[in-house]
Amino acid sequence: MFRFILRRLLQMVLAFFGTTLIVYALMFAGQGDPIQALAGERPVTAAQRAYLTEKYHLDQTGVGGFFYRYLDYVKNLLQGDLGQSLTGRQIGDILQQAWPVTVRLALIALAVAIVFGVTAGVIAGIRRAGIFDNATLVLTLLVLGIPTIVLAPLAQYFLGVKWQLFPPTAGTQPSFYALLLPGIVLGSLSLATALRLTRTSVAENLRADYVRTARSKGLVKRRIVSVHVLRNSLIPVVTFLGVELGNLMSGAIITEGVFNIPGVGFNLFRGIRTEDGPLVVGIVSVLVVVYLISNLVVDVLYAVLDPRIRYE
Amino acid sequence: MTQSAVRPTPASPTPPGGHLLEVRDLHVEFRTTEGVAKVINGVTYHLDAGETLAVLGESGSGKSVTAQAIMGILDTPPAHVRSGQILYQGRDLLTQSEEQRRQVRGKEIAMIFQDALSALNPVFPVGWQIGETLRQREGMSRGDARRRAVELMDLVKIPAAAKRLGDYPHQFSGGMRQRVMIAMALALDPKVLIADEPTTALDVTVQAQIMDLLADLRRDLNMAMILITHDLGVVAGVADRIAVMYAGRIVEHADVRSLYRAPAHPYTKGLLESIPRMDVRGQALSTIKGLPPNLMRIPSGCPFHPRCPYVQQVCVDVVPHDLVLGDGRTSACHFAQEVRDDSAR
Repeated sequence: MFRFILRRLLQMVLAFFGTTLIVYALMFAGQGDPIQALAGERPVTAAQRAYLTEKYHLDQTGVGGFFYRYLDYVKNLLQGDLGQSLTGRQIGDILQQAWPVTVRLALIALAVAIVFGVTAGVIAGIRRAGIFDNATLVLTLLVLGIPTIVLAPLAQYFLGVKWQLFPPTAGTQPSFYALLLPGIVLGSLSLATALRLTRTSVAENLRADYVRTARSKGLVKRRIVSVHVLRNSLIPVVTFLGVELGNLMSGAIITEGVFNIPGVGFNLFRGIRTEDGPLVVGIVSVLVVVYLISNLVVDVLYAVLDPRIRYE
Repeated sequence: MTQSAVRPTPASPTPPGGHLLEVRDLHVEFRTTEGVAKVINGVTYHLDAGETLAVLGESGSGKSVTAQAIMGILDTPPAHVRSGQILYQGRDLLTQSEEQRRQVRGKEIAMIFQDALSALNPVFPVGWQIGETLRQREGMSRGDARRRAVELMDLVKIPAAAKRLGDYPHQFSGGMRQRVMIAMALALDPKVLIADEPTTALDVTVQAQIMDLLADLRRDLNMAMILITHDLGVVAGVADRIAVMYAGRIVEHADVRSLYRAPAHPYTKGLLESIPRMDVRGQALSTIKGLPPNLMRIPSGCPFHPRCPYVQQVCVDVVPHDLVLGDGRTSACHFAQEVRDDSAR
């Protein structure tokens, strides 16, 4: 296990450099004049231009110059300096404010997925082909079929504006209550997938040979389902939810955009819209790390849940 | 059903208290979307205390389904018990409540399965799985259950049992895994052990060890055993009586010696002749032609008639009753006498 984790950490280093390089390249490839972009609409004096050219090594041109600047960036990054956005704010500060909001939103979404998705999935799996199973099948297909860009404004309009059950937007310092509706919207996709996955897994495990053995031991049905079947059925579900938490942590661009939540996805979206290269690259770099770590945790968790899995 | 006329109870006579376990005219069908498969069509057999009954037959002949009906662990749907009785110590299990039947499982009648790897739960240690029965059924404490699990693992001769308590099923070899299965079945001191093809998934050398172990345990613990198998070689040394199944019926029923000496049903005769023998060389191995019947369309008359070398018009038209031959043997064949005399030659 130790060797597995070590090897995965080394792979993560490679993956980190690979992704940041690609994002860096994509973000700055299309840029005409970075100094003008930095200045925005204002004119740039010759002295300023010379200073910035020197500071950002813009005198180096071509592929060599690109790598020169990329290495500059990585050097700063490894020292914990994400650099400045085009608006002059420290990207580290922006993330420090945005992250707690996104984490809270992600946890609400995940809780919704676990509580409703897994519970309903277990019931549907036990009563396969029953009314409940068919009803959830239709509902989950509906949820999976509607993109968030449609679902989020619909929920906002009906639940937030028309019936006023929830605040329609979150604002700068969102309360738990304000994040609840966006959390449910965000979690509904994970909920639907978790439900389908749990349902299939439970239905499959109920037919497994070890269930027959458990019955022949004279165990009560409740114990067979809640201990033997559930423990096996939840292996793929927990794995899925782990990956999903990584996804949710990395921000929900659409949901945060629609509900005006100042989280990571919101800032990323703003960065892309305003062509704020440093901001986009800074956020994505951190997201890559979050995603890689959450995946490693999932892999380790998988081995803990299923004793048959041994990483060498 | 035309054959449900009088069925004499075969072989040994009923002891004063009745048989320990008796299956009477059991009918089970599987209702699927493609139709109804008649899997068990009037099976009758019994088991007395301390004896071993071998139930022999090809896959699909209904031997495992009968056993699962006895245990009450058939998957319903698709399986439905249509009629019949399963008497355990004189009481009909089929009329009992699910809770009463659950009490019988493991405690009175225990079962071990063919493939121990899939029959054991992959995510729990074996000691936990053996102990679970004791904790749940006997209310034993964790520590006591653990100690008893070690004793049971010693009993089935698993080396270094105490050290292996925390191991998972996949960490055991096939033979050791089957021993774990046996230890688990013995946890509650059952009076009847049903072994459903216990050696089929194992290497030949290990097969013999497991069969010896089962025979020893049966004797030492004074259990009765139903040994389900399709392997005639496995049966000879262990069983007292043999019931041969075909298409959900018992076609022949006899004590081991007389059955081997002179089978009285063409199917049994075919089975015995298809065993490779060391003393007969240079001859093609004889086989039973054809395939077992589709249980949704069981042939008319005797279900074996399309494959039978003795077939006559009567076999196509009339379902044969059990013919009682000498020494309590029965054979469900119109020509049982002739087949036996042929075999004896």
